[in-house]
Amino acid sequence: MRRKSSAAVAPPGGPFGRAPAEPVASLFSGGPAAGHNMTDVQSTALNASGVVKRFGAVTVLEDVQLNLRAGEVHALMGQNGAGKSTLIKILTGVHAPSAGRLSLQGADIAPETPLAAQKLGISTVYQEVNLCPNLTVAENIFAGRFPRRGWGRLKAIDGPRMLRETRELLKRLNLDLDPAQVLGRLPVAVQQLVAIARALSVEAKVLILDEPTSSLDDSEVEHLFAVLRELRRGGLAILFVTHFLDQVYAIADRITVLRNGRFVGEWTPAELPAPALVAAMVGRDVTLASAADAPAAAGPAQAAGTAARLSLKDFGAARRLHPLDLELRDGEVVGVAGLLGSGRTELARLMFGLDPADSGTLAVQGVTERLTHPAQAVKLGLAFCPEERKADGIVGELSVRENIVLALQARAGLWPCIRPARQRELAQHYIDLLGIRCADSDMPIALLSGGNQQKALLARWLATAPKLLILDEPTRGIDVAAKQELMNEVMRLAREGMAVLFISSEIDEVLRISDRVVVLRDRRKAGELPRGCSEAEVMRLICEPQPEALAADIAEAA
Amino acid sequence: MMTGRAIPGRRANAPAPSPAPAPREPAWQRAARHPLLWPLVTLALILAVNASLNPGLWHLEWRNGHLYGSLIDIVNRAAPLAIVALGMTLVIATRGIDISVGAVVAISAAMAALMVGGQLQVVNGQPVYLSRFPMWFALASALAVAAACGAWNGVLVARAGLQPIIATLILMVAGRGAAQLLTGGQIITVYYPPYFVIGNGFFLGVPVAALVALAVWIVMSLLLERSALGLFIQAIGINPRAARVAGVRARTITICVYAFCGLCAGIAGLIVSSNVKSADGNNAGVLMELDAILAVTVGGTLLTGGRFTLAGTVIGALIIQTLTSTIYAIGVPPEINLVVKAVVVFAVMLLQSAEFRRTVRAVALRKGSVR
Repeated sequence: MRRKSSAAVAPPGGPFGRAPAEPVASLFSGGPAAGHNMTDVQSTALNASGVVKRFGAVTVLEDVQLNLRAGEVHALMGQNGAGKSTLIKILTGVHAPSAGRLSLQGADIAPETPLAAQKLGISTVYQEVNLCPNLTVAENIFAGRFPRRGWGRLKAIDGPRMLRETRELLKRLNLDLDPAQVLGRLPVAVQQLVAIARALSVEAKVLILDEPTSSLDDSEVEHLFAVLRELRRGGLAILFVTHFLDQVYAIADRITVLRNGRFVGEWTPAELPAPALVAAMVGRDVTLASAADAPAAAGPAQAAGTAARLSLKDFGAARRLHPLDLELRDGEVVGVAGLLGSGRTELARLMFGLDPADSGTLAVQGVTERLTHPAQAVKLGLAFCPEERKADGIVGELSVRENIVLALQARAGLWPCIRPARQRELAQHYIDLLGIRCADSDMPIALLSGGNQQKALLARWLATAPKLLILDEPTRGIDVAAKQELMNEVMRLAREGMAVLFISSEIDEVLRISDRVVVLRDRRKAGELPRGCSEAEVMRLICEPQPEALAADIAEAA
Repeated sequence: MMTGRAIPGRRANAPAPSPAPAPREPAWQRAARHPLLWPLVTLALILAVNASLNPGLWHLEWRNGHLYGSLIDIVNRAAPLAIVALGMTLVIATRGIDISVGAVVAISAAMAALMVGGQLQVVNGQPVYLSRFPMWFALASALAVAAACGAWNGVLVARAGLQPIIATLILMVAGRGAAQLLTGGQIITVYYPPYFVIGNGFFLGVPVAALVALAVWIVMSLLLERSALGLFIQAIGINPRAARVAGVRARTITICVYAFCGLCAGIAGLIVSSNVKSADGNNAGVLMELDAILAVTVGGTLLTGGRFTLAGTVIGALIIQTLTSTIYAIGVPPEINLVVKAVVVFAVMLLQSAEFRRTVRAVALRKGSVR
């Protein structure tokens, strides 16, 4: 509620009704007293001070400190590109710091490899699960240090012991799992918990979790937190990186904020309410705007009379999407809500010609088209930011510049080639427009942080001046401020007349931005809600089986 | 409206990215990271070894209106390999590989030799050489067949989804068979002097074969630089799925790249058969695919696809030919020839591995600090 009321009328100074900059400063100066008391009680597990990291000409960390105490959950917060990942990589021995010192329980350490860090007792679970899906749970947990039995050089893996120890370990984490099950068959959330189990199976003093919750649903997050609380009671020091503010307040005992590669401050959650935390991360106020705040006369009303930019009739594909109808008009943001696997991504891929549709029609401005390749969709003025940024979006080793011009060049064909000077100009334009953080446009895009990669992908499509923009989970894994910038940008584009299809698993985001919400459930359209509908209404459509859908299912079964 | 105006203002106020500009690195440091540095160093080393054992290496002379000398000889002999390797570079850049090029060399050679054929007739007391078909037609046919072979590979990879090494393995075996069928298992001798120009002739004193290789290189460079082909090939090689989503016609381009690789092998086949004035379906271009892949990798293009360098490939081909010439010049007994070559290639690959150089440096530093 507070968000909405503040957005449209609040002056840029204080959307939260507080002036965050000041409290941050005073909190910081007032903080140490409380902090020192805490330090006396709790012994420091891992300490980093004066850490500097340079990559070539770029300084990504400048005099950063972190004090992680035994028996606490410590949230490391910051925007994309603030240096969180780099700091973690330094703590875990992936990178060597350019300057500064690390100490573990008072003794200086300098881990040179992740393995060395692990041996010291620093275990890490990365954002993407990096286990082997073809091995069993137990094999994954013990990979690299299997228990052996036998004599001399002929030692076999002690399978029964491995299973037994895995079972004990899983029991400690309240995980009811068969250790002999192949990992790839388990849901991602459970795989994440297995990754944590693996991290804990070595004698860990410090556990680092890099955005462990980005692929988990609420109940899974709750389970994870229960495990973390248990571990905290056991005296483990836990460093926790997340973009979800509510999770920070649900579990963290302490918060360290980084910004632009610098240390901003360390607080307890009580000292730092959410608005102040955001202000500390961003260094300025964030305006939370929404479509509801925009003048009512915006886009869709003007365009109501004209032919729809894109209309789908009985459009679907076997095993991917039940036939559905949908119309997208210029200047309109249509949100798509639905659970994972509800057909959101399938809809986008079919519309863009990535998968073949086998029923119904797709018409662009009234003209029926048959899309068999994305190139056709691009020619028709469609653009698509896919959900899987790494797999389907970025071309990692190519520069930011080349990534930005790729779609434009693909639409133009092989010849003429966009001149390098023009490429640079285009790239710089979007780097400035979207606030992409990179040293220069010739830097490989893989070196950018997730949010900046996402912005660069948006830039790739904006460069083609699309008429219809399909965004599939554009805000996943990026921080609040970047999220908001992205959504502001989307609304600006819609105001300028672009049609936007906004797909997100975060219902409040969809509601905030959309003129209309389409709800998908079990790969079919469950309904369409107008602007101003409530989250409860959307949830009801998401969860409740529709009578006609049920009837169809029964008919199919028969 | 409010937010609409607020955004640009905020952007203007937003702090510039923090990276503090470090002092610009000196030129030698930038040169040390140049991708062509290590291939060039390798070439220079091998040439230096050759020169120390064979003082005549640098000797060039003008004889009968032609350039003569060991270096010219090396360049001339490296030409077919360089052409094949240039085509292979693009295939490797798309994350593929083509092990059928040797067979395509044989097919093209057999095709051209059969169609040119040639016989001596005495017309009005003057000896006149006649070809079976007009020579341009024979050459065009051979090249067309070679390109078609490449396109076949491309279709298998891009359309049928076969793994490149398996897809081209089919033609590697079948193509050799086809070449043997064409030649009837015999060595076909060509009796038509104009055909010999390609492999043995000189133009303005320079070997024609080397000029052909140079032309292929220049045409490719222009093509890749002036069009977006280079960007698309790299995008396909690094992330084919993303390239497709961005609207790049990945399959079509992949097929064209394989067809071009076949065409290059065809050109090399013409040079090889013209050079020996015959076509041997059994032995022409045998193991050439491996030399070509070696030339590409020695030149600095990674087998994992993506970034590639044509200049590096040409240097790689020169390295391999210089090495071969050096081994002959030194007088290594033929039976241990291959072993010596293997050892040198091994050393070259180690020298080019950044990982290995780092290890060596670390060991050297540790030794230094102990003292």
